[in-house]
Amino acid sequence: MTLDVRIHGRGGQGVVTAAELLSLAAFDQGLHAQALPSFGSERTGAPVVSFCRIDDRPIRSHDPVDHPNLVVLQDPTLLRGGGVLDGLADDGVVVVNTSRTPAELAEAGLVLGPGQQMVTVPATELSWRLLGRPLPNTALLGAVAAVTGSVSLEAVHRAIRQRFASRPIDVITANLRLAEDAYAVVIQEQEQHHA
Amino acid sequence: MLRQVEGSRAVADAVARCRPAVVAAYPISPQTHIVEGLSDLVTTGDLAPCEYLMVESEFGALSACIGASAAGARTYTATSSQGLLFMAEALPNASGLGLPIVMTVANRALGAPINIWNDHSDALSQRDAGWLQLFASSNQEAVDLHLQAFALAERLSVPVMVCMDGFVLTHAMEEIDVPEQDAVDAFLPAFAPRQWLDPDDPVTIGAMVGPGQFTEVKYLMARRQQAALADIAEVAAEFESTFGRESGGLVRPYRIDDAEVVLVAMGSALGTAADVVDALREEGIAAGVLGITCYRPWPHEAVREALRGIPRAIVVNRAIAVGSGSILGQDVRLTASPGTEVHDVVMGLGGRPVTRAGLRQLVLDVLHGRLPRGALHYVDLDETVAADEIAREAEVTVP
Repeated sequence: MTLDVRIHGRGGQGVVTAAELLSLAAFDQGLHAQALPSFGSERTGAPVVSFCRIDDRPIRSHDPVDHPNLVVLQDPTLLRGGGVLDGLADDGVVVVNTSRTPAELAEAGLVLGPGQQMVTVPATELSWRLLGRPLPNTALLGAVAAVTGSVSLEAVHRAIRQRFASRPIDVITANLRLAEDAYAVVIQEQEQHHA
Repeated sequence: MLRQVEGSRAVADAVARCRPAVVAAYPISPQTHIVEGLSDLVTTGDLAPCEYLMVESEFGALSACIGASAAGARTYTATSSQGLLFMAEALPNASGLGLPIVMTVANRALGAPINIWNDHSDALSQRDAGWLQLFASSNQEAVDLHLQAFALAERLSVPVMVCMDGFVLTHAMEEIDVPEQDAVDAFLPAFAPRQWLDPDDPVTIGAMVGPGQFTEVKYLMARRQQAALADIAEVAAEFESTFGRESGGLVRPYRIDDAEVVLVAMGSALGTAADVVDALREEGIAAGVLGITCYRPWPHEAVREALRGIPRAIVVNRAIAVGSGSILGQDVRLTASPGTEVHDVVMGLGGRPVTRAGLRQLVLDVLHGRLPRGALHYVDLDETVAADEIAREAEVTVP
């Protein structure tokens, strides 16, 4: 089993933290994982990319993920810059942080191949409600857990508790809840899709 | 115990378990997380007794380390890029005085143009400073090399640089085992300096040496460096028998036995190259990798033996010697038997990633004779950009 993830977001959205959390969750489940940041300009709002490899075999490569199975798009305005879907596997999945419909996203440039799948989750909206700030990354990890099945929601929860151990309890609780709510949104979306 | 942790943090933990009595460092990306980690461990008391020195510069950091080491303390520092160059004046003092200082170099390009990303220009610019230079291929090896570095430094009375790729390793989160304290203590006993500065029993360390003896002193230094090769291999073997994993040593061959082409590289590109080799072998191409773990002293015999009978070697240089050519490639060319055709390429400067696709294409290009022989080849150069600039420069007339 190999899951190569690429996360696109903006400085300040926790793009690197998201990759680290995902690697912690995978490790927690007994898988091998590697989180790699791609340090560009570390300015708030600038495009940032991070990578996470998850595998049932030890990981040796240290190159960037250029053929992801899963792309997480923390900010759909990044579609304008292009490159977000580069190298996405023919059966790859894109998890998009948005309140818009897939049709509206297609209009904005998110056009997928026949075998590729899009999952949308209003992570920023959820984050405003629970955290009072636009930090979509933990919600998106809940969505990733729902989509892939290779990393469980419980493992994501343990990763959040571990990574945010020194933070106030209400911040931890809100992030756990964010992952859980986004997980539920995606599961529901998928059930409707299959119904 | 395996933990999923950032490379820098694991190195900080490993260094702390080596119980340095003095840490002096100045922050510079991408090394900073390591010394921040050590600073935390000193603050919490997890690393004690230890004097953590806040210094005003890298020059100050290494100078403080030299003083502390001469006073008999196990001493550690870390730096990157121009920070290492700022230490340059003091580097040959540390080696000339035989001080067993251990330093992490989080490898980063040299400016200008300023660039914070990874290549090997910094460490290779100091290859002749008399320090041992060991290159980590993974974060696990980076951790393990620090244990071995202190053991080697103190056994040989020589300073050691542990080189690890900046960002690619320092900022990667991976599963890493940092050996437990009692295991580290058993592998690395307390530092017993051969001589030290003691006001009650005064000695001179660092006296002036004139033309009468200078050559002999340098000759003995060079001889000791060569002799260190045996110790580096021995300490790696001791490490493997203690901790059950292969780390360090001189060279790391991978599937080179019947190989028609071998990639020669250092650092984090080795894992990527190993994956490329496995994929090529599945297609029936007999490729291999020769990792150089110990760059200084240069393991001439080990490299020569490993490449014996190999028709083609491709040296992946992550630094250049402007006005001359390659650095690692020159060592390999001087070492390989005449029967090995050595291709010398530049790749991955200033943070440009060394990718599986790039290495695979490189091997295929060499096998199909598409790479010019004899000249240094810039594999990932954007020739359009370069050609435009060359044309523009040609048009500029100097008044």
